[in-house]
Amino acid sequence: MTDSVPAVDLAGLTKTFGAVTAVDGLDLRIAPGEVVAFLGPNGAGKTTTVDMLLGLARPDAGTVRLFGGDPADAVRLGRVAAVMQTGGLLKDLTVAETVRMTAHFYGHTRPVAEVLERAGITGIADRAVGKCSGGQQQRLRFALALLPDPDLMVLDEPTTGMDVEGRRDFWQAIRADARSGRTVLFATHYLDEADAYADRIVLIRQGCVVADGTTAEIKNLAAGRVVRATLPGADQAALAALPGVRSVEVRGDVVLVHSEDSDVVARHLLTRTGARDLEITSRNLEDAFLTLTASA
Amino acid sequence: MTATTSSTTGARTAARRPPALGGFCAPVLGIEIRRVLRNRRTLLFILVMPAVFFLLFGLPTRGEKLDNGLPVTGWIMISLAVYAAMVATTSAGAAVATERALGWSRQLRLTPLRPAAYVATKVATAMVLGLLGVLVEFAVGAASGVRLPAHVWVESGLTAWIGALVFAAFGLFVGYLAPAENVMQFMGPALAILAMLGGLFVPLELLPDVMQQIAKFTPVYGVGQLARAPLTGTGVDWAAVANVTAWTAFFGLGAARLFRRDTTRV
Repeated sequence: MTDSVPAVDLAGLTKTFGAVTAVDGLDLRIAPGEVVAFLGPNGAGKTTTVDMLLGLARPDAGTVRLFGGDPADAVRLGRVAAVMQTGGLLKDLTVAETVRMTAHFYGHTRPVAEVLERAGITGIADRAVGKCSGGQQQRLRFALALLPDPDLMVLDEPTTGMDVEGRRDFWQAIRADARSGRTVLFATHYLDEADAYADRIVLIRQGCVVADGTTAEIKNLAAGRVVRATLPGADQAALAALPGVRSVEVRGDVVLVHSEDSDVVARHLLTRTGARDLEITSRNLEDAFLTLTASA
Repeated sequence: MTATTSSTTGARTAARRPPALGGFCAPVLGIEIRRVLRNRRTLLFILVMPAVFFLLFGLPTRGEKLDNGLPVTGWIMISLAVYAAMVATTSAGAAVATERALGWSRQLRLTPLRPAAYVATKVATAMVLGLLGVLVEFAVGAASGVRLPAHVWVESGLTAWIGALVFAAFGLFVGYLAPAENVMQFMGPALAILAMLGGLFVPLELLPDVMQQIAKFTPVYGVGQLARAPLTGTGVDWAAVANVTAWTAFFGLGAARLFRRDTTRV
């Protein structure tokens, strides 16, 4: 399995709209089974990238490979499915009719009753789509995406415009669908969603990947951690000389060391000095996000 | 556990295949037809209105005869059957405008459904509705006492129905031209004008001479003439055949071209 083909392989992806470069030489490789958040502010190029990934838009330069093949082939075989922000629904069909009809567009699907259940919309199966709330419609789109039992599920800002309860229900449905091995890529600008649900976060700004790593790595990368300890007469110069240290602040008997590698600082403080009451605090993801996505 | 997972993955991959006929199938057609029949506005326009027109304008001519002795009510009934079929097929074709406006077409692009299968479903839906329109109009006529030779019922009915293919293409053409949710609101009046020029509401001979000449080049004229030919016994009117052929080609090729632009738009 080590030499398995990546689920997603984007190389040098570029797309311009007139004078605006929406996606600028983006590279991204996602291994099968990863749950990846594609995080960035509005206008960062998330949706354009997702469109190209799914074959809805053609890149000006670069290549898209899904499971080693063309996106169109992955769509045709039901290996990829997506919940899009803008994908419309027919208001005059019922929820169940929409799922039944869509099921016929695939060569092979999970049973309709099963996907309704997993998307949590069995109770509204006979309701007209036009009478469903935004959150219910989004769960219907999720049910449609579950039909082919895809190897890759793409979610483009799936909870935009939902209230808190709608978002919670939607993510519960996604979590309940914890089939092992499904690759998930979701674009979002909600940090808490990326933090809570993804194994890996890819941060993009102005059409480029600016950071890529686990949630903890991303937080550390941008803001590092703050090590706080009680240490009367701290040697500020020695602390500042440790690798990764960005700043040292002394407030009376308390020293605050802001570092990219908190482990080194903590080890130093505990083994080489008389520091006590040591605390390591992480900046939250929001700080990382703001630091990394702020225009230079 | 690992073994189970990999074996189900294998089974899943093996089961993956594109849909037969690109996703064109009877169950989807069934859902589409049910969907249209649930829409009261559509039913009013394709089934109720043509029938009411017959009762209002056809029945008062009861007893009047054409030159060959057949009833004038037959002439009106066949004309209105053409009208019913054309409204039905146009609105079914134009439904793509609504579906594009709603973003459903985009949703479909994320499924294996082939664009050609989507259009085939729309055309098939249009033709089922068109047939329904013709049958309802003929049933109302028969119930109101229209009596015609059997071959006229069959030949005129089939011509009105098959001729409505022109308007399925017309509907698709407009549907791909204007992605609007309310496309039938302006198509309704347009169809009424075309029907008038096509001689479905009043015989063209009653119109001014210039209008008559222009009318012969409008898209409803040919189908109307051909559908009534079995009744009037005038034989095949080559001008009408040319009219139908030209308009079918125009709308069909136009729709195909716009459709191609729509599906390759990136």
